[in-house]
Amino acid sequence: MAFPWRLIVGIAFTHIRGRTRQTALSILGVATGVGFAIAMAGLMEGSQSDFISRIVDSTPHVVVKDEFRDPPLQPVARRHAGAAIALRGVKPKEELRGIRNPRPKLAALDALPGVAAAPILRGQVVLRYGGKEVAASLIGIEPKRERRVSQVESDMIAGTLDSLYGAANGIILGRSLARKLAAEMGSTLSVTSPAGVMLKMKVVGLVDSGIVSLDEGTSYALLKKVQVLLERPNIVNEIRLRLDDVTAARAIAHRVETRIGYKSESWEEANEGILETFAIRNIIIYTVVSGILIVAAFGIFNIVSTITFEKAHDIAILKSLGFRESDIRALFLFEGLLMGGVGTLLGWGLGYALCRILGTVHIQIRPGAEAMALPVIYAPAHYLIAAAAALSAAAIAGYLPARRAARLNPVDIIRGAT
Amino acid sequence: MGTPARTVRASESTAAVVAEEVTRVLPGAVATTLVESVDLVIGAGEFVAITGPSGSGKSSLLYLLGLLDRPTSGRILLEGRDTGAFGRDEAAAFRLSRIGFVFQFHFLLPEFTVMENVMIPLRRLSGRAHGRLAVRAQDILESLGIAALRDRRPDQLSGGERQRAAIARALANDPPIVLADEPTGNLDSHNADLVFSILGELAAKEGRTVIAVTHDAALAARAGRRVGLVDGRIVADSGPSV
Ligand SMILES: Nc1ncnc2c1ncn2[C@@H]1O[C@H](COP(=O)(O)OP(=O)(O)O)[C@@H](O)[C@H]1O
Ligand SMILES: [Mg+2]
Repeated sequence: MAFPWRLIVGIAFTHIRGRTRQTALSILGVATGVGFAIAMAGLMEGSQSDFISRIVDSTPHVVVKDEFRDPPLQPVARRHAGAAIALRGVKPKEELRGIRNPRPKLAALDALPGVAAAPILRGQVVLRYGGKEVAASLIGIEPKRERRVSQVESDMIAGTLDSLYGAANGIILGRSLARKLAAEMGSTLSVTSPAGVMLKMKVVGLVDSGIVSLDEGTSYALLKKVQVLLERPNIVNEIRLRLDDVTAARAIAHRVETRIGYKSESWEEANEGILETFAIRNIIIYTVVSGILIVAAFGIFNIVSTITFEKAHDIAILKSLGFRESDIRALFLFEGLLMGGVGTLLGWGLGYALCRILGTVHIQIRPGAEAMALPVIYAPAHYLIAAAAALSAAAIAGYLPARRAARLNPVDIIRGAT
Repeated sequence: MGTPARTVRASESTAAVVAEEVTRVLPGAVATTLVESVDLVIGAGEFVAITGPSGSGKSSLLYLLGLLDRPTSGRILLEGRDTGAFGRDEAAAFRLSRIGFVFQFHFLLPEFTVMENVMIPLRRLSGRAHGRLAVRAQDILESLGIAALRDRRPDQLSGGERQRAAIARALANDPPIVLADEPTGNLDSHNADLVFSILGELAAKEGRTVIAVTHDAALAARAGRRVGLVDGRIVADSGPSV
């Protein structure tokens, strides 16, 4: 006695055909849930990966800083680990921050597979040109290394990083900074450091990163010149790493930190706040979508329940004919799944359409900036997850009334009719 | 008391339907006894009419014999098998292939045609090709004179036609036992006569065991055997006819 699938399916279709409008509403409910789940997932993940790829493209993957995660212990505390120690009158040691003698460290980092390293020394300077005076940050770089880890070179609108080698004292200015100073390519500025050192520097390049606030306060020069200007010979304050495998950043940061002691921060750690915001945003969206699906499931539950009540006679007849309880369960479970399944298919179509429409929407973040298309991604996983959620909801919504219907005692109903 | 009980047992092996001391009590604040201490041995091929006043437990007895209900005490044997040991699925399987039910109200599935109604038990039982089952269904409809109505739905049939369609469905899987609960209750005398004749032929010509409830004395008189019920007890039995 094989399971009569086609018979059960045939009876199920007959039941559903009798109530097209209600069925259509339940199916639409499921379709809406699935459609919006897919569109939201596409948009969420799209904007998230778009943002991450911006971070990953524009910032170093790991930054080795001239600081330590834990302050160094007092010598006495190191001698008596775990002891309760009271110290009085401790004077902080005048300590120059910085990574001293970076060469061997750079060499060691470069030797790691898939890692490129570049040092910088950053300091605040005052730039003077034609009576104008602007404070800015001056970043000392090594062009050969720098172009392996950052995209400064591709942001240059005049000159190249190598132009720094061309002039005796070359400097590259952010475009807005140059505008503030009214300086142009070839202008000679005087640059003064807090240490009181002054250098005449010639503008050999201009950078436009697209971020005005960054450009109006940033300039670049050769690392050696900046070390002289800041009187910090053989010292850098950051080593930036770029990785072939971005996802390895955390692991590599950890390795570097345990190896050379300085605090090493992966891009994930540096952007932890934003990544957390993404996680919260995802939870909110998926809660809303689950809500839609639950409402849709109630719709299915309602209609399958109604059918089992209205078809109590049919159930009694089928059971008196010799149908098993499992047949009856399968019948109504199938009706629920059928609505869930059709709703899912429609929802896939709706989700795809919504993604296409969202993909054509352009938003302008800053006035004057280029309008950006909403980043939407199309992932088969979204479709499968939404389908699994909708079908599970439909299965539960169908199963509960199906189980009750299957337990119906035909005699009660037949007696009721006579 | 001992001697009659042994006589019952002696004939059990050949009997189609046996009830031994069958009692059915509905539990509740006031327990209702539907059927009380019914002993009945019905041989294969008998045509038995069960009569009695309304509320005497005729339907209840038929549900018990058809495995739609279970006795509170006593045993029911069908074709020599003790049905007390059946699980729910086993009882369903037995109903599907060995018992045909006809109710007072036709109880056809309203959204299906006559043909489809007959096909449903056929398809539930058999894995055979749809086409061969359809031939069987067509044969049954023809033998009951309703082949022309095969594509009509129940609401497009007269009372007599519906009851014949219900008999056709009961016969779909060629059951050796046919149980009918007031099958003529809602029919005019002509149709009642026709339906009762059909039931009689199922026993006489096809050798099925037919048990039909009726409170029409004239119809009951045409059955081979009459069993009278009052208050759930057998008060009269004209005795085995086969
Ligand atoms: N669910 C029930 N609850 C209480 N009493 C019932 C129930 N079903 C049947 N009865 C009673 O049991 C008795 C037998 O009913 P039934 O077998 O239908 O008799 P008949 O078919 O001979 O008219 C009747 O008195 C009826 O009222
Ligand atoms: Mg009755």
